[in-house]
Amino acid sequence: MLVCKGLTKRYGKNPNALESIDFSIPSKGIFALIGRNGAGKTTLARILATELIPSSGSASIDGMDVVADATRLREQIAILPQEARAIPWLTSKQSIVSYLLYRGFSLGESEERAQSALARLDLQDYENKLTRILSGGLKRKVLVATILAADSRIVFVDEPTTGLDPISRADLWKVLEELKKEHFVFLTTHYLEEAEKLADVIGILDSGKLLGLGSLAELRKQAGYQYSIRTQQEDVKTKEGIAIRGLDGSVQILTTEEEAGRLAEKLVKDKARFSINPTSLEDIFYYLVKKPIEEENYEEE
Amino acid sequence: MKKSSQVYASVLVNALYVMKNYPVTLVNTLLAPLSILVVIVLVSKGSLLAVSVEGALIMTMVSAGIGLQGDLSHLKNDFRLQDMVVSSPTSAFVYMIGMAFSEIVYSAPALMILIVLAMLYVHTSIVGVAVTLAVLAMIFTFSIALGFLLSTFSSDIVQNWAFFGLLSTILTTIPPIYYPITYIPLPFRYIAYLSPTTYAAEIAQNAIGYLQLPASSLAIDWIVIIAVTMALFVMAMRKSKWRE
Ligand SMILES: Nc1ncnc2c1ncn2[C@@H]1O[C@H](COP(=O)(O)OP(=O)(O)OP(=O)(O)O)[C@@H](O)[C@H]1O
Ligand SMILES: [Mg+2]
Repeated sequence: MLVCKGLTKRYGKNPNALESIDFSIPSKGIFALIGRNGAGKTTLARILATELIPSSGSASIDGMDVVADATRLREQIAILPQEARAIPWLTSKQSIVSYLLYRGFSLGESEERAQSALARLDLQDYENKLTRILSGGLKRKVLVATILAADSRIVFVDEPTTGLDPISRADLWKVLEELKKEHFVFLTTHYLEEAEKLADVIGILDSGKLLGLGSLAELRKQAGYQYSIRTQQEDVKTKEGIAIRGLDGSVQILTTEEEAGRLAEKLVKDKARFSINPTSLEDIFYYLVKKPIEEENYEEE
Repeated sequence: MKKSSQVYASVLVNALYVMKNYPVTLVNTLLAPLSILVVIVLVSKGSLLAVSVEGALIMTMVSAGIGLQGDLSHLKNDFRLQDMVVSSPTSAFVYMIGMAFSEIVYSAPALMILIVLAMLYVHTSIVGVAVTLAVLAMIFTFSIALGFLLSTFSSDIVQNWAFFGLLSTILTTIPPIYYPITYIPLPFRYIAYLSPTTYAAEIAQNAIGYLQLPASSLAIDWIVIIAVTMALFVMAMRKSKWRE
């Protein structure tokens, strides 16, 4: 289990970066943490990865406290920091080998693991190239390969897919899906479809507070609105739920199953074009973090 | 076994791979301690040759710490290597030891030339050699601990430049390491005593017969250098911001 109790982090005199976070989730599968810039995702990942000391509260993974049992925990964790950069004077393989040596592997084993990790991410052509000359996305991939090569039971990846092309990203998703069978992956991302696709549990963080936690289905239930209707008919009125005006003037309504049915019937009658879908993570994110309201789309009963 | 891997990792990242992949760095480390040596030897018409060779050895030890400070901060702030290492089985102590070794390896070309010069031109007894080695080890430990401590407080390269300038002035410009302290006029001599390097230089110069210090002054030199080194080492281990 990953357990946080009243976890709070303050940097100097700034306002709290994390404010009394309480939750517990199983330490298996993929946990995806989403939230706006500055929400506190990296701070939480760094505390759990034993890099930062919490200002108050506590956290533990599998019964090991991140402060008191840090030494034991470190045997089992590996982190790809958000702001990590490949060291330019090392080749891809040298980067991975040196990290594995820090983890305590022998030189021989490190070299073997480095090679297979590079192959796993389709980087074998860059094995002996200085990372200095690789493209930005490839540099990022080398770092991802570095963390994978360690094969730690608990893996923190802070925005691993930022800067990757769509094909590389999909490849990495496959790797993470494979990885989660035997590892616990703590993932942060700004790509909501990534969280939706990969995560067993999703956490939504905003201004240091946890606004939502659970599987996608559970988050839908928490939000209370399971369906999303999108239509060009601007004067559509709903009795329940929330309406969001899109940039193109379309209206999106998040609502209950019952109200969605009623609205759909009405839109059919009006011969309006519309689509109806289960609420996506993006919808929930907007709802929880931004709470947008378009007054003219509400109907009083 | 595991610890030796961890130490080796630092030597690779911060020395061997740098030297292998960026050979130009070799030239620089080779020339830095030798350049002042050449100047001093020329100006003194050769009379300070032995003392400047010792000075250059001390300088190389001090530079290791100053270099470490910059290297560690660069690895920490620009690549987040330290974050990755903190969350790994490598401890702060092992990381520091590894990086200390890496600085030795990195200075190896210069050290080798200096050792050859020392064997040729510095004439002293076995005891003199032992004392010189001991004082070099001391000043190395001192500067490594200081470099490690400072690096954990720096969050930006601009801070490092400030540390770099400060350390160079205090540890290598002010102290009389390439010439005897008696060359400095008296009131200013006390300023030199503000730098721990001065004490190390006195011990080394005494060991090779350039200075004749009374036993009491020598004892004070040793006490100061040992105390400062130990204090810094403890601070580096306790007060360093290894974990923020
Ligand atoms: N080293 C630091 N010193 C001071 N404040 C910090 C530091 N690191 C983060 N913060 C502050 O803490 C808050 C949370 O930052 P954090 O990096 O955890 O956010 P994040 O969710 O990871 O954002 P992003 O999506 O942009 O990566 C922000 O207000 C940030 O300014
Ligand atoms: Mg972040």
